Amino acid sequence: MILLEKNRKAVLLGNEAIARGALEAGMDFGTTYPGTPSSEIADSISAMARYMKNNGIEPPFYFEYSTNEKVAIEMAAAAAISGLRTLTCMKHVGVNVASDAIMTYAYVGCNGGHVIVTADDPSAHSSQNEQDNRRFAKFANLPLLEPSNPAEAKEMTIEAFNISEELKLPVLLRTTTRVSHMRGVVELNEYPMEKRKGDFKPGDYVTVPEVARKLHPVLLEKMERAMEMAEKSKFNFIEDFGGSYGIITSGASYNYVREAIDDLGIKAKILKLGFSYPVPEKLIMDFLNNVEKVIVVEELEPFMEEEIRVMAQKNGITTPIYGKGFGRFTPLYEYSPQVVYPTLAQFFEIEYELKEDAVEATPRPPVLCPGCPHRATYYAVKKVAGDDAIYPTDIGCYTLGLLPPYKTADFLLCMGSSVGSGGGFALTNEKKKIISFIGDSTFFHAGLPALVNAVHHNHNFVIAILDNSTTAMTGHQPHPGNSIDGMGNEAVKIDIERVVRGIGVKHVEVVNPYNMKKTIEAFRRAIEFDGLAVVILKAPCILLDLRRRKRKIVFEVDQDKCTGCDVCINEFACPAFYREGDKIKINESLCTGCGYCVQVCPEKAIRRKK
Amino acid sequence: MKKSILFAGVGGQGVITAANIVANAALKQGENVITSELHGMAQRGGDVKCAVRIGDVYSSIIPPGTADAIISFEPMEALRNLNVVSEDGVIITDINPIIPPLVSIGIGEYPPVEDIISRMEKKCRVMAIDADSIARKAGNILTKNVVMIGAANAAGVLGIEKENILKAIKEMLKEKYVEMNIKAFEMGEESVSKYL
Ligand SMILES: Cc1ncc(C[n+]2csc(CCOP(=O)(O)OP(=O)(O)O)c2C)c(N)n1
Ligand code: SF4
Ligand code: SF4
Repeated sequence: MILLEKNRKAVLLGNEAIARGALEAGMDFGTTYPGTPSSEIADSISAMARYMKNNGIEPPFYFEYSTNEKVAIEMAAAAAISGLRTLTCMKHVGVNVASDAIMTYAYVGCNGGHVIVTADDPSAHSSQNEQDNRRFAKFANLPLLEPSNPAEAKEMTIEAFNISEELKLPVLLRTTTRVSHMRGVVELNEYPMEKRKGDFKPGDYVTVPEVARKLHPVLLEKMERAMEMAEKSKFNFIEDFGGSYGIITSGASYNYVREAIDDLGIKAKILKLGFSYPVPEKLIMDFLNNVEKVIVVEELEPFMEEEIRVMAQKNGITTPIYGKGFGRFTPLYEYSPQVVYPTLAQFFEIEYELKEDAVEATPRPPVLCPGCPHRATYYAVKKVAGDDAIYPTDIGCYTLGLLPPYKTADFLLCMGSSVGSGGGFALTNEKKKIISFIGDSTFFHAGLPALVNAVHHNHNFVIAILDNSTTAMTGHQPHPGNSIDGMGNEAVKIDIERVVRGIGVKHVEVVNPYNMKKTIEAFRRAIEFDGLAVVILKAPCILLDLRRRKRKIVFEVDQDKCTGCDVCINEFACPAFYREGDKIKINESLCTGCGYCVQVCPEKAIRRKK
Repeated sequence: MKKSILFAGVGGQGVITAANIVANAALKQGENVITSELHGMAQRGGDVKCAVRIGDVYSSIIPPGTADAIISFEPMEALRNLNVVSEDGVIITDINPIIPPLVSIGIGEYPPVEDIISRMEKKCRVMAIDADSIARKAGNILTKNVVMIGAANAAGVLGIEKENILKAIKEMLKEKYVEMNIKAFEMGEESVSKYL
């Protein structure tokens, strides 16, 4: 396993480099809830643990996929306050879930270093928003490091543990999709293998009002020290390419700036901030004093820009500062050479013509896999409830039910919102049927409190729990419904049906979604039931099923029977079907052999291929 | 020195693995290399692209109009990324369309492959190969990504010694598939000979 080798160079993903950095820094304890673009950090740690165990080696750390990000932070905070080195990683919106814990954790602080990774997603490539979590550093008062590439990601992870330990304060390490999912050359060094135990000693850790008031000034004092560390950090440096204009930048934006220097022949001084919050005031002021004008190159919010403008005002410095609103710089979407090159050309008053001859090509959005159990569920639900129901949905592969022909997704905010909003829709839209969809991992993550609310208040709607026994969307991580955990250890499997019954739902049915008739009947009964009804659709994600299968099964269309009615393509829309002239066929390399289409075809023209 | 190659295709075709093999081969040759990839949504049959950049490079995104090559596993995906390639560059593309499911149900169109290719030929050199058939001949459709690497290397767009690519293949693929993939690589090299 390359991730466990030593004394060589390797091409690593930014996320793998963070996992490797944690290993080299002697991480004792790791927690996460998966989410793109952060997932490969934890998945790499999980893979390292399982590889070690399979080879008879005791991993030097504990690791778990926690139920949600808040629990992940709470678990890790206990380890860190007990003196252990701890890593918690999540996607940007995960920090919203964890923020209740984080805001006060900043007051309490830690003893062992605790690095919290937030992987942001400018352009929302695989997210529900593009929030800028550098704001959380300022909001919670936590130091912030921002790598630009995998090599830095590893180095900064190690340094973040040191900074955290020195300040006794958790440190945020913020990546973006382009850093997390960039590969680059990384040096693999030595790492410790001994397993350490925590040693908790009681202190000022119970944040009653009096203690909170005492800890708040302590936090501010820690941040003043953090500022001094940032002033001297090796991750904050100036590169001088001549000229009298300056650029201040960080993260992925640095990469576009640095390459523009070569490609456009720009003469500039670059101040790159890697330890970017607290923004090092002296460093910035010296820099402003040494340039005629400066441009801040940062994605999303004008985070550094605002800090710098305030500092300049305070220090009476009048160097013109450019940023958002100049050229192509806006708070929207990720930056790229396409955004940065023409804007820098304008700022440096040089000729540059961007070659933009974008071609219109038919979009190819992602779709549910051939044989996905979610498609079967949607097909059945649509038969019963049609277009006049409201379908609150949730986050996972099944959100793809939004696309035609299913269109079984009407409302989505965040993980768990299908159940919370279901009750709201039911109370305010009396004549409509309400059917909420939620995946199993999402149910454990944020569906449970909302279900308690719905039962307690007697809300009248249907919840469909899509139990494919995995967290599929983010890369098939285990969740509390599985019997093996992230270390490869046996785990207690939580039975969703028993949970739902235990909370007090009166009408509960469990069906196999691949059985069309039974699924249709179950939904019919659930909709007719007066009160909260839960249907659990239980069938593993087909990709998991395929891994276990020995022989490839495929289906074919009997051309003598097929009348070309198109139901399989237009209404069911398994991507394995295609038209060839006026014939309908099944693409064997795409078909996963689930057999559902046999029930869909009114002419009984589909059969298993011998 | 700077080299930029865009690998493009459809989720499930092994685009990212191909780029990763090339990146590792570049490292074996002692070059600096970076790649960019997008995970997540792209895996469910959506479009996938992955840039490989070798040499004095920092940006993981290729500046428009500067790529030395597009290596596309599907014709429309080559077209989609046409603005990335330089006029002096080359496009190596497979010729077997994968019709997006939305097109099948009547949303959007898939242009004829000849039209796609002639549209691209207006900009730069195009090498079109039937990588699906070659991969099947090599033993499995899944070797298609290595067929494409073979074609790219023979066309001279990677600038990496064959020996280093073979080493990367051996290191990164499961042992039982290595032999089949070496065959696929060599058949890929052969496939573009008519263009050279
Ligand atoms: C707060 C938060 N954490 C993590 C994510 C990332 N995420 C998107 S979908 C998903 C889980 C999906 O699992 P499940 O509900 O079981 O549905 P499946 O994909 O298996 O169909 C996760 C973790 C998110 N969007 N928001
Ligand atoms: S990964 Fe699994 S759950 Fe997700 S679309 Fe594919 S089959 Fe469905
Ligand atoms: S059996 Fe039918 S529904 Fe299932 S994957 Fe194959 S073509 Fe699609």
